[in-house]
Amino acid sequence: MSLDKKTVARIAHLARIKVPEEDLEPLAGELNNILGFIEQLNEVDTDGVDPLASVVEMNMRQREDAVTDGGYPDRVLANGPETAMGFYTVPKVVE
Amino acid sequence: MTKLTDLTIAQARDGLRAKEFSAVELTDAYIAAVESSRPLNAFITETPEIARDMAKKSDARIADGSAGAMEGMPIGMKDLFCTEGTLTTAASHILDGFKPQYESTISKNLWDAGAVMLGKMNLDEFAMGSANITSYYGNVVNPWKREGDDTDLVPGGSSGGSSAAVAAHSVIAATGTDTGGSIRQPAAFTGIVGFKPTYGRCSRWGVVAFASSLDQAGPMTRDVRDSAIMLGAMAGHDPKDSTSADIAVPDFEAALTGDVKGLRIGIPKEYRMDGMPAEIEKIWDQGIAWLKDAGAEIVEVSLPHTKYALPAYYIIAPAEASSNLARYDGVRYGLREEGKDLIEMYENTRAAGFGAEVKRRVLIGTYVLSAGYYDAYYLKAQRVRSRIVDDFKKAWNSCDLLLTPATPSAAFGAGENQDDPLAMYLNDVFTVPASLAGLPGIAVPAGLDSKGLPLGLQLLGRPFDEETVLRGAHVLEQQAGFNAKPQFLA
Amino acid sequence: MANLIKGNTGDWEVVIGLEVHAQVSSKAKLFSGAATAFGAGPNEQVSLVDAAMPGMLPVINKECVRQAVRTGLAMGCAINLKSVFARKNYFYADLPQGYQISQYELPVVGEGEITIDLEDGESKQVGIERLHLEQDAGKSIHDQDPTKSYIDLNRSGVALMEIVSKPDMRSADEAAAYVTKLRSILRYIGACDGNMAEGSMRADVNISVRRPGEPLGTRAELKNINSIRFIRQAVDYEVKRQIMLIEDGGEVVQETRLFDSIKGETRSMRSKEDAHDYRYFPDPDLLPLVIESAFVEEMKGTLPELPDTKKDRFISDFGLSAYDAGVLVSERETASYYEAVAAKADPKLAANWVISELFGRLNKAGKDITDSPVSPENLGNLLSLISDNTISGKIAKEVFNEMFETGKDAKDIVEEKGLKQITDTGAIEAIVDGIIANSPGQVEQYRSGKTGLIGWFVGQVMKETQGKANPGVVNQLLKSKLEG
Ligand SMILES: [Mg+2]
Ligand SMILES: [Zn+2]
Repeated sequence: MSLDKKTVARIAHLARIKVPEEDLEPLAGELNNILGFIEQLNEVDTDGVDPLASVVEMNMRQREDAVTDGGYPDRVLANGPETAMGFYTVPKVVE
Repeated sequence: MTKLTDLTIAQARDGLRAKEFSAVELTDAYIAAVESSRPLNAFITETPEIARDMAKKSDARIADGSAGAMEGMPIGMKDLFCTEGTLTTAASHILDGFKPQYESTISKNLWDAGAVMLGKMNLDEFAMGSANITSYYGNVVNPWKREGDDTDLVPGGSSGGSSAAVAAHSVIAATGTDTGGSIRQPAAFTGIVGFKPTYGRCSRWGVVAFASSLDQAGPMTRDVRDSAIMLGAMAGHDPKDSTSADIAVPDFEAALTGDVKGLRIGIPKEYRMDGMPAEIEKIWDQGIAWLKDAGAEIVEVSLPHTKYALPAYYIIAPAEASSNLARYDGVRYGLREEGKDLIEMYENTRAAGFGAEVKRRVLIGTYVLSAGYYDAYYLKAQRVRSRIVDDFKKAWNSCDLLLTPATPSAAFGAGENQDDPLAMYLNDVFTVPASLAGLPGIAVPAGLDSKGLPLGLQLLGRPFDEETVLRGAHVLEQQAGFNAKPQFLA
Repeated sequence: MANLIKGNTGDWEVVIGLEVHAQVSSKAKLFSGAATAFGAGPNEQVSLVDAAMPGMLPVINKECVRQAVRTGLAMGCAINLKSVFARKNYFYADLPQGYQISQYELPVVGEGEITIDLEDGESKQVGIERLHLEQDAGKSIHDQDPTKSYIDLNRSGVALMEIVSKPDMRSADEAAAYVTKLRSILRYIGACDGNMAEGSMRADVNISVRRPGEPLGTRAELKNINSIRFIRQAVDYEVKRQIMLIEDGGEVVQETRLFDSIKGETRSMRSKEDAHDYRYFPDPDLLPLVIESAFVEEMKGTLPELPDTKKDRFISDFGLSAYDAGVLVSERETASYYEAVAAKADPKLAANWVISELFGRLNKAGKDITDSPVSPENLGNLLSLISDNTISGKIAKEVFNEMFETGKDAKDIVEEKGLKQITDTGAIEAIVDGIIANSPGQVEQYRSGKTGLIGWFVGQVMKETQGKANPGVVNQLLKSKLEG
């Protein structure tokens, strides 16, 4: 599998990273290098092997249903680049 | 008299107990050391006022007999740990100005044990790198130099600020995080001890995430005893982290018995790779001989899928990272670059906020998870990861620890290796397999190469058997008798 | 075949599947300890986890797992003892993490089936594909500023159960009946309050049309419809749109559409146009969710009698019609109320009274059955006064009104107002004799064949006794005297 410019542009958009047109080609080259390297995995026979779920061999603990957090909008908004009236604000979204 | 900044944690602890000096005096000595070591660029943020304030409180606790295990110890905090009210950057432009409203569990545990914060340590951006050359805040310089060569060398990465500062004695110890080797590799490059405990031993809560299934915090110290002391303060079950193990924390320092008689040390034959530098083979053989001399039994073992750890890692880690880093969108914290609409705001913010290596990994990660490729890449890598876990499980039938080199080379120059991301990735070839399996691994300085640069050996152990790892590392350390010092000392 | 729609070019069959998002009734969120209550100020019920601060981690809420399992059991679904939380990755202003924690390949609940009740008393089985747990997103507010959207994360991280049906429904009525039944089940077991106006239940409706017997057509997904009435409207509109489109030579495109409840139409959602590639993968911050089979058994034991079983029992034990039984079991509270009444009185009479008299009064007063001023015991008492001939049905209605207004006991009212029925034959006979003596003309007419006049005589007796004479006795006496 090899990435072309168009695919890089698509992935960059999925990842919401602007990549200038002129950078697409070199980036495709770098990514293909890495992909070429990771494709050695195809040599490994993994028939009947389950994908690893977690290295932690334990059951997931469940917490009690109690309100133990929140109630501090100031702390939530403290680092907001742009806020108004207790909300974060972003460029208007049209639905 | 020895300088205060030359003391290990254990020695400083004794000095404080004996009232030979105060925590404030110790901290002041380190604040001066931090200033004098600025050429290393090991810190992103220095916090001398906080340090003095904490040291005063330490003295009060020492006076009233309530001193903790790390009481008065001036340490560096990798800038991946969120510290309440103190700038936390992950060495990324995208976290510009971010002051967390919370304290990570690990840093809190350390402060609760009496440690003193000297500042936030530089690192590779979002812990992605093996040379500390991807930080938005500039490269970190290794305090070590090659003999007769003034080239600046890298301190390893991603915990390069931590490793450089510990080696240069500008902090008594520092925290690191290890995703594929980011504690052990920089420790080896700077002649210090770096210990990545078992995945689940140290809480990930409040640590900026790189790859959640791999990230693990650990101590970076001048010797093995210090690692045991510091890990004891860091570790413990955290109900706020679903992957944190509910297992009691033993007295790690008590594990340093100095005795490895009868301990079976496995030597994985697949780690003897083609083109391995002779000096690395030599130090490895030396390590084998030392442990054998100390009474351990040496057994050859096979970890057949070793070769595939690195390619699996370079699928899994970027995949998780691509998702973990989606939250950096300019809405709730950090950098925002405006755009004509929301999507463009995201794209501009993330283009300006992330560096080249982070972008590369986010894009690779996005690709391997995308429709049509998920099975071939991500699932395949997780199957291979199962194989690697099984390899280790089998090995534990015939040995108690594994001994390997920590890195395939000594520290290199900042410009010598970075043109090719792939060549850079190979730095982690010995550390990544244990990361994938979640195993505890320690890097111990073992000797110098022909150019006078430190080389490290790595010991790996069974899950949650940090005690045996520390016991082995302690004996290895004694046998090696490594006492060389870097050219740059604070 | 039923439910076919006549187009200009022939018959069409509608195929509908629903994805219902039901908010789990929990105090705290699915993965954080922040509150879930409705109506808080902006960002007040937000934890650092919900705001996706760096390094924050999810820890699952036990109650949400419990309710998902109970809901699965109530729908007769298979429970998956091991399930996995996955991240659904996409960027959106009200999705702070850049992903939604959901379940993808291995949901906590698998296949099942529920029975829906249709208008004509018929019922139909609708398959359940799965139920999974997931996080809700925050809320974007677009009308506060001309150039900005405001983001409130109070809902971010609230636990939802996404219940996915099979494409088994064939009309707007069936879709509405499905949501009605689902809501009823959820409320019965207390897993969701079913409050659609507050967003506790929303439905995504997948609709396609096809020629009968042909393979499935291309579907459109109508997002986030929050009332049963709107579901009907949206389906009706969308079905017409699709049929007209195809008959005009066009093609339905697979897309997400928004139902505009003001205009009563659906339209393409521009913001969702971006081709999505959600890059699902297991959330590495969480471990697989493992449920013990003993826990599943324990949860079975916590389920109340469900509406279908209750309905069958009402029909067989109480002799109710399917319709009445259906009405009475739709809400758990109504059913218990009814049962309490039926314990004291004739069950059929009780059903009539609860459905017509009580519901009518409650409706008028804008009250819920849970705050009815007339307790079921008291209503039962009233009805037994009818059955034992203490009062007539007509008087009973008067008494009931009084009970509803004052909350007094039926017996006390009857006593106080002297409404007790006159069953003493002698007393009634005297009155009857008097009326017959005073109405020779009417008696004459009756005897000459206008027997319909009996009603007039009864009325006269009732007038004189203020309605308290036992109608049976009155009738019998009048007949024997007039004909004798
Ligand atoms: Mg859905
Ligand atoms: Zn959903």
